[in-house]
Amino acid sequence: MNPLEFKDYYKIMGVARDASDAAIKQAYRKLARKYHPDVSKEKDAEARFKEVGEAYEVLKNPEKRAAYDQLGTGPRPGESFRPPPDWDAGFEFSGAGAGGADAAAYSEFFESLFGRQGRAARGGFAGGRGQDHHAKVMLDLDAALAGGTRSIVLRVPDIDASGHLEVKERTLNVQIPKGILAGQTIRLAGQGSKSAGGGAGDLYIEVEFQAHRLYHVEGRDLVLELPVAPWEAALGATVTTPTPGGPIELKVPAGSKAGTKLRVKGRGIPATPAGDLYVVLEIALPPAADARAKAAYEAFAAALPFDPRARLGG
Amino acid sequence: MAHDNLDILTGTLVDAEAALSLDELCRLCGADTAVIIELVEEGILPASGAAPQVWSFEGAALSRARRALRLHRDLQINLAGVALALDLMDELDMLRRRLRGI
Repeated sequence: MNPLEFKDYYKIMGVARDASDAAIKQAYRKLARKYHPDVSKEKDAEARFKEVGEAYEVLKNPEKRAAYDQLGTGPRPGESFRPPPDWDAGFEFSGAGAGGADAAAYSEFFESLFGRQGRAARGGFAGGRGQDHHAKVMLDLDAALAGGTRSIVLRVPDIDASGHLEVKERTLNVQIPKGILAGQTIRLAGQGSKSAGGGAGDLYIEVEFQAHRLYHVEGRDLVLELPVAPWEAALGATVTTPTPGGPIELKVPAGSKAGTKLRVKGRGIPATPAGDLYVVLEIALPPAADARAKAAYEAFAAALPFDPRARLGG
Repeated sequence: MAHDNLDILTGTLVDAEAALSLDELCRLCGADTAVIIELVEEGILPASGAAPQVWSFEGAALSRARRALRLHRDLQINLAGVALALDLMDELDMLRRRLRGI
């Protein structure tokens, strides 16, 4: 057996070794909410959520917890660890061992202690169709705007010939349909698990977008913040504006304010129907960096009796 | 796995043009019909059509339903709580998007 990394389940859960069941449950609930991948914005949320789930799987179960406690505190975390050959003598694990619908990837440490009962059956049943797989990927917005092929790396838990669980990386080159929207799903027929009977399940890829340099995504619409000079906003102007289909000349109406929203029809994500591009104006002030600029501002102030704080009633 | 690496795979969009029926959505989520009906009744999933037999769902319903079911299962929140959490997360997303622009 390979050396294993010892997992300190008490430390992971942030509880004392003599914590009560109630305290463990409470700690688990709190951490599960904190690191749930659908809720958390933490970078390693998914890994942490799995780790916490694994720790709870052991500590909530009196038999597993007692067996785990037999191991003592182990070597220091991160050092390699071998379970003693008869470490679990005298303990009988009831139930199906590692369970849970998405219990696909407990650590090797866990597996070496509690086995993988009920796991092998996950590959699909003989004669039937293999299991569907689901994955979520972050795409660049340009893939949706122009279509094209993207390399997608998926991490797939797999059981090898010796019955060992490992996480494999699987790279797929996927044609991204032009006009795909965040939250939509691509079905790749036959890319799920193969069943013993030969039929394969499908792979479903849910799409999210990475932040884009220029555009924010709102469903099928895009939002661009466009800086304009004060005189362009006040007097009106025609300014060159980037759009996904290439730059356009955008007419800024006279009397525009910061935050004025202009709609460019059909220049959003090219879905069916196509989204729109919203251009939100931002007034950029030229710096009063030299004498000439200062003089211009002073002339401006002299010419316009303007109180920007009139509404504050001061 | 060599066959996976070289080919360019073309998929189909699980999409509005071929809207999902209740049965299809249940199969894709691995959920019971009754649970999906509850998601609709809680206002978590928008469905068009007068009755469950003729409901149709947009492609985006798949990811939303799966997300709702994960929260329900993993955090043991009831579906009313899931609905609240999803609404609040939508609002957070919207606010974060606005913040990013400033």
